[in-house]
Amino acid sequence: MTFRKYLVLAGITAFSTAGDSLLARGMKQLGGVSLHHYSDLLLPVLNPFVAAGILLLLAFFSCYLAALSWADLTFVLPATSLGYVLVALIAHFSFHEEISPTRWLGIALIAAGVGFVAAGPSVTPDRQHRKSRDLSPDPASQEVKS
Amino acid sequence: MKDLYAWAAIGLIVLASTTGDVLLSYSMKRVGDVSELWKRRGILAMIGHILATPTFALGLMAMGVAFYSLLFGLSWGNLSLVVPASSSLTFVANAIAARVFLHERVGRRRWIAALLVAGGVVLMAI
Repeated sequence: MTFRKYLVLAGITAFSTAGDSLLARGMKQLGGVSLHHYSDLLLPVLNPFVAAGILLLLAFFSCYLAALSWADLTFVLPATSLGYVLVALIAHFSFHEEISPTRWLGIALIAAGVGFVAAGPSVTPDRQHRKSRDLSPDPASQEVKS
Repeated sequence: MKDLYAWAAIGLIVLASTTGDVLLSYSMKRVGDVSELWKRRGILAMIGHILATPTFALGLMAMGVAFYSLLFGLSWGNLSLVVPASSSLTFVANAIAARVFLHERVGRRRWIAALLVAGGVVLMAI
């Protein structure tokens, strides 16, 4: 795991959290959206918060795919849940929202879970074999053969 | 009755998003390390390579199904039930699916982590 790979994992957490919050904020501004009106499905995109949220979620998805290209699914997934922790901490320290003891316990459990995974290997052995095989000159033609 | 609909939606979300995650992970493993690919062939070739993987499109479709089930689930059940129930169950389902279909070695360390995170998500939503 290089520094750049940790940066991609941090991007997953940060972009998904920021994207979700912007999307939620934009959708609340618009009020109730009905699935029966087609215009209701397109108009939200014109809201700046919704548009920014979608852009950030696209950034999240790129980071997610990049991470999946070199790490196990069970290694990458816990990183996405770190966003819940991030939101709660931001709400507490910058907006001075109260956090109940059960939520603190939840935060502790998620953080512990993420720590558990991050301390272990990012890819399990048989993947590493494949990776070294993929480093040979032309991976594309190899793909076709296999 | 509404509860039954909500749980049906939760089941569908868990099934669809686990399928999507597994298919996307499988496709990206086939594509290989994207930063290597980007360096060697450029960004367009990298994107083309990803889009040309058939399981990638299937994965995206499954993610779309999961997203719409979430929308409908939210109209039948409470936010505080649907979101934590589906995301924590997805964690556990993903650990099982990654072991069975992707042959990842989900050792004791990752099992404990999956359960801790799933439990934590539920507690945070209460």
